[in-house]
Amino acid sequence: MTRIVVGPFNRVEGDLEVTLEVKDGVVAEAWAGSPLYRGFEQILRGKHPMDALMFAPRICGICSVSQSMAAAAALADAMGLAPAPNGRITRNLAHAVENVADHFTHFYLFFMPDFARAEYAARAWHARAVERFRAVRGSAAADVLPSRTAFLGAMGTLVGKWPHSLAIQPGGVARALEASEKIRLFGLLRDFRRHAETVLFNDALEAVAALDSAAALVRWAAERPRGDFGAFLEIADDLALARLGRGVDRFMCYGNYPQAESQFLPGGVWDGQLRALDAQAIAEDISHAWLDGETRHPAQGVTRPQDEKAAGYTWCKAPRLAGLPMETGALARQAVAGHPLARDLVAGEGANVRSRVVARLLEIAVILPEMERWAQQLVPGEPFCAQGELPQEGAGVGLVEAARGSLGHWLRIEGGRIANYQIVSPTTWNFSPRDADGTPGPLEQALVGTPAGEGNLAVQHVVRSFDPCMVCTVH
Amino acid sequence: MNGAQEPGFFEMKAPFNLLWLQSAGCGGCSMSLLCSGARDLIGALEAVGIRILWHPSLSEASGAEVTRIFEQCLSGEVALDALCVEGALLRGPRGTGRFHRHAGSGVPMAEWVMKLAGVARHTLAVGSCAAWGGVAAAGENHTDACGLQYEGDQPGGLLGAGWKGRGGLPVINIAGCPCHPDWITETLAALALGAFGAKDLDSLGRPRFFADHLVHHGCTRNEYYEFKASAHKPSDLGCLMENLGCKGTQAHADCNIRLWSGGGSCARGGAPCISCTEPGFEEPGHPFHETPKLAGIPIGLPTDMPKAWFVALAALSKSATPKRVRDNAVADHQVVVPPVKKTGLK
Repeated sequence: MTRIVVGPFNRVEGDLEVTLEVKDGVVAEAWAGSPLYRGFEQILRGKHPMDALMFAPRICGICSVSQSMAAAAALADAMGLAPAPNGRITRNLAHAVENVADHFTHFYLFFMPDFARAEYAARAWHARAVERFRAVRGSAAADVLPSRTAFLGAMGTLVGKWPHSLAIQPGGVARALEASEKIRLFGLLRDFRRHAETVLFNDALEAVAALDSAAALVRWAAERPRGDFGAFLEIADDLALARLGRGVDRFMCYGNYPQAESQFLPGGVWDGQLRALDAQAIAEDISHAWLDGETRHPAQGVTRPQDEKAAGYTWCKAPRLAGLPMETGALARQAVAGHPLARDLVAGEGANVRSRVVARLLEIAVILPEMERWAQQLVPGEPFCAQGELPQEGAGVGLVEAARGSLGHWLRIEGGRIANYQIVSPTTWNFSPRDADGTPGPLEQALVGTPAGEGNLAVQHVVRSFDPCMVCTVH
Repeated sequence: MNGAQEPGFFEMKAPFNLLWLQSAGCGGCSMSLLCSGARDLIGALEAVGIRILWHPSLSEASGAEVTRIFEQCLSGEVALDALCVEGALLRGPRGTGRFHRHAGSGVPMAEWVMKLAGVARHTLAVGSCAAWGGVAAAGENHTDACGLQYEGDQPGGLLGAGWKGRGGLPVINIAGCPCHPDWITETLAALALGAFGAKDLDSLGRPRFFADHLVHHGCTRNEYYEFKASAHKPSDLGCLMENLGCKGTQAHADCNIRLWSGGGSCARGGAPCISCTEPGFEEPGHPFHETPKLAGIPIGLPTDMPKAWFVALAALSKSATPKRVRDNAVADHQVVVPPVKKTGLK
């Protein structure tokens, strides 16, 4: 047995340290460590509830709008306020722009560069991976960053700027779009579609979204070159990435993109069958975190740092749903929503490095056409922001989906001030430590059995396949 | 190029080695940097001689390879020209720095920053967390967060008030939450081209090319400001200063000249300026969305305007407000458009 500490783990958002116990060249046990604590939950106590709209996005520079959306939803819940339809649509658009941009950023800048490393020099695809995906120097960086910037340019029109906009409000958005801006926005979305269809998929988004099984995906990839997605599928086959990083195979989604009567992506749990999500069954265990207290539902949660706790190895709490660790993210969302490709991938080889990446790119193809529809539903001249009153005493919950998974804010207001504010982020779920029963978190379980040691990048692929956001994790 | 003998010509130092560390922050300044409008961000930096030794979101090197880069900088084997620090420096709990240990080495991040700043030619605080402590220092500052050379508006911070880098400059505070991508790239380019000196910093160490402006400059709500036609609720078109907490007339930045994210800004998004480039912005002592007032008059008046004048002008301009401006100020779209005159404009 040898113990390896892997860190700093870059090309993840924030600080991550993974400790591995390696036996006969494979991981026997893993511990996920979050070595940064900032204390947003402590900072927010005693503040005016609306101040959450300023602090929440600053939890995370990459999931900034998601954090704003969760805060706005929690405040709206406490106010009993329904957003103006235009405001709801504009927020969904801003949220989807961020989520799609994050998938894009993850694929090109965080995940793919590992295949350009010298360790893979003997592989048939290596020279192409170097040319296209090499960190900083690959042709993709010069190609993708400007189109990402142009796409995120929609944020100026939607919510003023990105990241960290104060325009996202409980009742909608603080800015009404004009008719000409609706046209500009639609044009931006169509332009990004063109980029995705030529560079990423070499096919129409609708054709990608219509792939309905693992076999259909393989057939599609074999028909003709399939852009950067195709390059990934080729590498994934050669390195058997589908057999790497098998997760807990219990998937959770809070639901996302509220429509007039429902959510475009429904909430739920998928573990071979679809179950309703019971948010009351969420509890955060802190047995292995450097925190004082006991296991609690986030509505009653406390955050008290205790850096000298012997059993602690991270600042991250361990959220569980009905006592069980859950995987969240694009694969979970698409499996819960019933996308046939996601369901088939999960039924076959479960959550793994390949299926997580496939689901993320699939989601780009599913959401972009929907965003074009939403943009056309805007009615300039009608209100964009409903107005409401904050209660002196009350509570609210905001449950949304960031690119990397389920994000929840739990707010309690007493005497017109924030009495408690608890945040449970996607990577808090995915990279949670062990709980009081000793059950490891999803990443910790996914790493077991992974080949490890000098020159082996499998651990890197498994970790990055979750698209972790560590600044959110501990906040 | 490279012809320092001719006045005005740049003295490009290539390579100009850049190391980027993320301390206690949200990574938002890095994400903002990636929104640069450059045709090719990395190429544009290289074009002025900047070479990225390591950046946590971009670089290939991971784990022990990264610690090796740090050590090469410390030993002088690799010249460190610019150390960019994003995020506040955490000194807690109890002075141990354990709220942020650098992953892999277990050493408090603040210690790595102090050591590397000691060998760097220039040290840059990227964002208000690294400059002043920022959001990480809000509330009771549980983590004992501070900036590189400031703690709020007090000189000191991690490195100390009198600290200067090997290049002779104090910490360069590219403040903002987040900072604009151009503020970062243009400061770095100026340094790499030998075109940045002490005179280019304001009294808080911020690059003057953006800090010598006020957010008010170029604000599209200026006509509403002139007539004190104020917004009352989110999504109103009127000026955000009187009621909704906007500090644009006091905050130093060129947000409404340079613009963000394809042509936006906070005020253009209907959100008040919260003066995120200023030390202590995170604890204004009032809710961010409300303007604190005394006897009905905002406390935070324009930076260099006597209060009596402001009150007198406000009263006068309110009485002269055109109906168009008054009505539009409290609507979310123009309800009265500027009239088209029948004669030629004089």
